[in-house]
Amino acid sequence: MKLYLKIWRQKNAESKGSMVEYTLDGIENDMSFLEMLDVLNEGLINKGEEPVEFDHDCREGICGTCSLMINGRPHGPDSRVSACQLHMRSFKDGDSIVIEPWRAKAFPIVKDLIVDRSAFDRIQQAGGYISVNTSGRPVDANAIPIEKELADASFAAATCIGCGACVAACKNASAMLFTSAKVSQFALLPQGQVEASERVLNMVRQMDLEGFGNCTNTGACEVECPKGISLENIARMNREYLSASVKG
Amino acid sequence: MSGLISSSLARKVVMALSGLFLVFFLAQHFTINITSVIDPETFNVWSHFMGYNPIVQFALQPVLIAGVVIHFVMGFALELQNRKARGINYAKYNGGANAPWVSRNMIWSGLVVLAFLGLHFYDFWVHEMSYKYVDILPEDPTRYHAETVAKFAPFWRTVLYVISFVLLSLHLWHGFASSLQSMGVNNKYTPAIKKFAKIFAVVIPLGFAFIALYHHLNPITY
Amino acid sequence: MGVLDSKIPSGPLADKWTNHKNKIDLVNPANKRNIDIIVVGTGLAGGSAAATLAELGYNVKTFCYQDSPRRAHSIAAQGGVNAAKNYQGDGDSVYRLFYDTVKGGDYRSREANVHRLAEVSTNIIDQCVAQGVPFAREYGGLLDNRSFGGVLVSRTFYAKGQTGQQLLLGAYAAMNRQIQRGKIKSYTRHEMLDMVLVNGKARGIIARNLVTGEIERHSGHAVVLATGGYGNLFFLSTYCMGANVMAAWKAHKRGAFFANPCFTQIHPTCIPVSGDHQSKLTLMSESLRNDGRIWVPKNIEDAQSIREGKLKPTELKEEDRDYYLERRYPAFGNLVPRDVASRAAKERCDAGYGVNKTGEAVYLDFAAAIMRYGREKALTSGMKNPDDATVRQLGEEVVEAKYGNLFQMYEKIVDQNPYKTPMMIYPAVHYTMGGLWVDYNLMTSIPGCYAAGEANFSDHGANRLGASALMQGLADGYFVLPYTIGDYLSDDIRTGPISTETEEFDAAEKHVRERIEKLLSAKGEHSVDYYHKKLGKIMWNKCGMARNEKELKEAMKEIAELRKDFWENVKVPGSADAKNQELEKAGRVADFLELGELFAMDALDRNESCGGHFRDEYQTPEGEALRDDKNYTYVAAWEYKGEPSKAKLHKENLVYENIEVKTRSYK
Repeated sequence: MKLYLKIWRQKNAESKGSMVEYTLDGIENDMSFLEMLDVLNEGLINKGEEPVEFDHDCREGICGTCSLMINGRPHGPDSRVSACQLHMRSFKDGDSIVIEPWRAKAFPIVKDLIVDRSAFDRIQQAGGYISVNTSGRPVDANAIPIEKELADASFAAATCIGCGACVAACKNASAMLFTSAKVSQFALLPQGQVEASERVLNMVRQMDLEGFGNCTNTGACEVECPKGISLENIARMNREYLSASVKG
Repeated sequence: MSGLISSSLARKVVMALSGLFLVFFLAQHFTINITSVIDPETFNVWSHFMGYNPIVQFALQPVLIAGVVIHFVMGFALELQNRKARGINYAKYNGGANAPWVSRNMIWSGLVVLAFLGLHFYDFWVHEMSYKYVDILPEDPTRYHAETVAKFAPFWRTVLYVISFVLLSLHLWHGFASSLQSMGVNNKYTPAIKKFAKIFAVVIPLGFAFIALYHHLNPITY
Repeated sequence: MGVLDSKIPSGPLADKWTNHKNKIDLVNPANKRNIDIIVVGTGLAGGSAAATLAELGYNVKTFCYQDSPRRAHSIAAQGGVNAAKNYQGDGDSVYRLFYDTVKGGDYRSREANVHRLAEVSTNIIDQCVAQGVPFAREYGGLLDNRSFGGVLVSRTFYAKGQTGQQLLLGAYAAMNRQIQRGKIKSYTRHEMLDMVLVNGKARGIIARNLVTGEIERHSGHAVVLATGGYGNLFFLSTYCMGANVMAAWKAHKRGAFFANPCFTQIHPTCIPVSGDHQSKLTLMSESLRNDGRIWVPKNIEDAQSIREGKLKPTELKEEDRDYYLERRYPAFGNLVPRDVASRAAKERCDAGYGVNKTGEAVYLDFAAAIMRYGREKALTSGMKNPDDATVRQLGEEVVEAKYGNLFQMYEKIVDQNPYKTPMMIYPAVHYTMGGLWVDYNLMTSIPGCYAAGEANFSDHGANRLGASALMQGLADGYFVLPYTIGDYLSDDIRTGPISTETEEFDAAEKHVRERIEKLLSAKGEHSVDYYHKKLGKIMWNKCGMARNEKELKEAMKEIAELRKDFWENVKVPGSADAKNQELEKAGRVADFLELGELFAMDALDRNESCGGHFRDEYQTPEGEALRDDKNYTYVAAWEYKGEPSKAKLHKENLVYENIEVKTRSYK
């Protein structure tokens, strides 16, 4: 198939970027979206131009590195996939595809389609853990039975891959889904209870400091999340936060 | 405490609480208003009570005004903050693919409702204030029904009211259920509560629109 | 002993680790504050090591090329993590896990290391649960287990098909806690380009900031390499795109021996290649072999019709299918170890029974499991005489609960519904058992340079069992290296900070800059990928699942030629002082072009078939691997001598005192 691409090009964080158009032919249905970009880049390199830089690594939808806004949607038109799992069979001959980086003040652009998501790391550093020493001798793993339902819900929240699609999709560039997924994972487990209050307060404080927007419950994040992280997590975080604030 | 107010989650809660308060007020307002269609006598009695009871006038009314002000001032503040959080806008943003129009345009439905409030205040509240405190006219427990019906005589006003109620419905459609989410409500009753919120969002504004149309179509001819 | 001293503690096997821990030197807490450790790579091994070292009090600097430690490729491990907990009461024990691992590795791993691994395996589960890793649980609230290839017990702990992700996020969380405390300084989007030795000891690294292109010097009292495996040598593999051998190879060139490079695991259940554009292969968890049955058509004509699209697999009658693993290995059936399953698939496809367009795929069929589970479910929910459709429906639900995410992933990639038609799978490069040679303390042959996780060679011998990679990474990082490193660092308490303004750092930085300059100034005929793909083809065809002397010699020659061509003609656009992904790739491929040759040489040296290394010349009449214990019960540790082909072989003889060396049989 033949495609008309419009891609955001930006030399580095400081420079001003712009959309650049490319025409690409010979794309096959079986290719992944990133393989399509590989073909584009191979062509650019052979012409002596600089290839389009984009973040990617595992290419199997789990590392969360790829981060492309494709035709106005994070990770493109397919649901429950990240861009690396999107295949060209989702497009047809003659399509125009607009490819942009995530847009958020908290995610500054590094180059072309690559953004800096270290804000997410800092939110996790603010409290996304249980303070137990790895070098210590914890109790036996089966000492505390945990209801299967809770363990499953905790797991579901923990499957977040930290790609940032929630922020990219949200009209407010809010990071609530991301933050709440981690808060929920621990809030649902007995091990996480001890530091629950401190954790939610610290993580939300950091989230605000990073300059993310405010959640207005549009639900766009949940729809675009490649792992289907639920909005329930946001409600849970709100609740945790309220009770933690009241406790003071 | 100051930390609480500057936090994004606290702001959400403020929006939700003030919103829920206004929802409650709407329900109350509607209950009184619908009597203007069913039984003008009752309407007059209740309206008089609301207009002259000191608790309503000097305690509840300021609270209501504060609620409205907080809700829209916070709404604006959040909207500005949220726009800033995006930084550069997307060349192509397909918001419709993942979120309903109403949820993405609360600021516009809210602004229309706010403008309507201006008109509504001018129509009723300003009128009441000048009746009671400027012209200092005597108490008349029977005047309310006739005054209300008369307001809806002009076609333009009725149309403006009806349009505003439609926007109010849209605002509530997202806002009511959303405020529950912001408050962290999430349990086995949540689906039922959310359904109730959606029904409320349609029925109450529709009822207000009905009242306006009813009075427009049934002028008092004595 | 020669130059290789494995430092295996004396005494009975089961007491070695405890005795060793009791005897080695420690660094007191106050002194730890004066010691800096560099950890390169932040996957399971690096992340857990960094967190633990920081907790112990050392100052840790971590480096990863990804934008966050959370993205290391450990995250992609699906199936699970082994531990000898014996929660199922099925006769598991530390000894049995040790035995299975040594046997699975085809008797080419070091006994003492493997036993230690089995010992600490139980701590891993305790540790991870305490950290809030949400493992799968049974309805009673206790941890659930599943079984994996090559063993007869259920000892694998899992979190759906995302166990690696959950464990990595656990290690990442532990790291985050130390970053917040200021004990770890995390350098993301940084790549180690060289190692700096001072007086023969590893004292620092030269790293490139991948965003700005800046060349940075970092010093420490010890350097830990936890940089994973080198499977991307094959271009197509289940590795992430950025996986590389740069750090390990630089250490090798500075004096660390590279052990058993030819021991590569080819995983049997990957999604087959669909075309030339393919950039990577996707694994389907081995856990699928618990319920899926592997087959190809019995008649070659049927296989042909299927390839041409004239026949559907579901139309083929039961008696026309060849469940070749069940046929050849009745005892283990579809659960034979990975190397055995992979070779059997290759054997069938080479014989012309392959089932996709390219003829390089076999079926993994869930129809039987779906019906079996469906009937079970119908019974337990009290249905009498349910019809086939209902049973299938119920069975599909059970299978979805178990493998839903994998089935979904398959459907997204292949565009076929695996609930209705069998999956197609083919082996792909997945893991490298070989790596930097380390002693019992996980120290390489460079004093102060340690290697952990997949980057070292120590625990898996010639073949790794499923769910053992996560186990080893975490064992090394949480429970082994943080203690053994103290033995070395106890001599460094008076050293003080290591200066980066020394001749050694100057020289290393100069070397790095020259190399970058050389890459950028090549003539520019072909892209980096062009060379990488060519290398991959050589490796897959001549150093892949089956190897022979003639082809290995050809491979060595071809790789050397390709390397020469690369340095003359590679085209790297852009500049060195900015983000430049092509430059990053070029540096990595340049290393692969050297390692590939050593790989082939190692395979050529090993005149036997064992584990993942299969030599055509050494097989039984039935086509099973023929090991040569008399001559090859050793670790081949290669010392760099200026050129890959000039590397010098050192042998560490493997001694089995506690286990009888037998021919592996899964029949």
